[in-house]
Amino acid sequence: MTLSEAASAAVSRRGRHLAALAVVLAAVAGPVLPAAAAGPAATVTIANFTFEPAVLDVAVGTTVTWTNGDDIPHTVVETGKTFKSKPLDTDDSFSHTFESAGEFAYFCSLHPHMTGKVVVHAAD
Amino acid sequence: MRDDDAPRPDADGIDRRGFLECMTWAGTGLLWSVAGGLPQAALMSSAAAATPAAKPFTFLQISDSHVGFSKPANPDALGTLKEAVARIKALPEKPAFVIHTGDISHLSRDEEFDDAEKLIQEAGLPVFYVPGEHDLLDEEPGKSYLRRFGGKARGAGWYSFDFGGVHYVGLVNVVNLQAGGLGNLGAEQLEWLAKDVAGLSSETPIVVFAHIPLWTVYPEWGWGTSDGAQALSMLRRFGSVTVLNGHIHQVMQKVEGNVAFHTARSTAFPQPAPGTAPSAGPMKVPAGELRKYLGIATVDFVRGDAPLAIVDRPLAG
Repeated sequence: MTLSEAASAAVSRRGRHLAALAVVLAAVAGPVLPAAAAGPAATVTIANFTFEPAVLDVAVGTTVTWTNGDDIPHTVVETGKTFKSKPLDTDDSFSHTFESAGEFAYFCSLHPHMTGKVVVHAAD
Repeated sequence: MRDDDAPRPDADGIDRRGFLECMTWAGTGLLWSVAGGLPQAALMSSAAAATPAAKPFTFLQISDSHVGFSKPANPDALGTLKEAVARIKALPEKPAFVIHTGDISHLSRDEEFDDAEKLIQEAGLPVFYVPGEHDLLDEEPGKSYLRRFGGKARGAGWYSFDFGGVHYVGLVNVVNLQAGGLGNLGAEQLEWLAKDVAGLSSETPIVVFAHIPLWTVYPEWGWGTSDGAQALSMLRRFGSVTVLNGHIHQVMQKVEGNVAFHTARSTAFPQPAPGTAPSAGPMKVPAGELRKYLGIATVDFVRGDAPLAIVDRPLAG
């Protein structure tokens, strides 16, 4: 039995389940993808081992995107570990959506002298 | 080394109290010789001529290979590491072992570790590693490093061993770094270090190696270790302490009492001198000059009647 034959056999046996699963996936995928782009957005540039702007003021619901412009990897790690990026190589980005008001201090875990802060205030 | 090859030591040679040293850069590593228990001088390109005395041995330090780095400062970090290994293999006097002071890989990727390890093994020497912050970037930080290089190390990878009458301590100061802070050893490691050296005679020469400098080089760029002074205070009673670090991709030295500090160049790319650039990022040098910054420039401690002299001696350019 080839792979495709096996697949169609599985489909014929489990067609209903797969169809049901597809509906669930569509329901999940549908709202998730646009959500990141839907709210307000802001950016932080990483250059010369500095977060710019060092202090960013945004409204609740804002998605902040950090982009690394250095030739060395950096990370974005909130000091309370509520969010943490993977290592960002040159031109890599990391986004986080701030759902609640407050001050979020963060740093680069490779170069901890690099620090920044996002101040999130209630939406207007 | 055979006696007939060995030059006679100077009148104030290696038997002198304290240690005399001469280290040289040859693009690759520092070559250290130890005789009479005292870390000593050697120019890598003429190691035989610089290695005096009975039963000496040499060891070598390489650092900051950053295998996987391919940015303009050096598009081929693996290639320059290969050149470094070729130089090690060509040494007239075979070193006893190699110490690698971290940042083996650039992004802790398996293929980077594989390439680096395979290449460094070609030197045919035992290698003692400590991790740099670039070696702990995997999903579970340090897992891949420890699996490959951890051996019988404790905690995040610290350990000690003895060779030729010298006690060697490999420390890890790149874990759990705090916002706004410097390199960090942590309480558990400091406790271990205190116990590790507790039973040693104060006559035992100590060589400590770690990635980030254990002394404060330039805090504005994070070049220092917040609790490094605590570790050094445990070593104050020893007559000879040598501290070898990497991380800053340039040679820097300091002697403080019985403690001599040295940082090694990178085999991958240079970084600017403290405060001479907007940041510590990879320094792009004029075409054709990279290898000068990667270690063809040399620093020797030249023994003489006077205290050690330091000469910056490029091998090319």
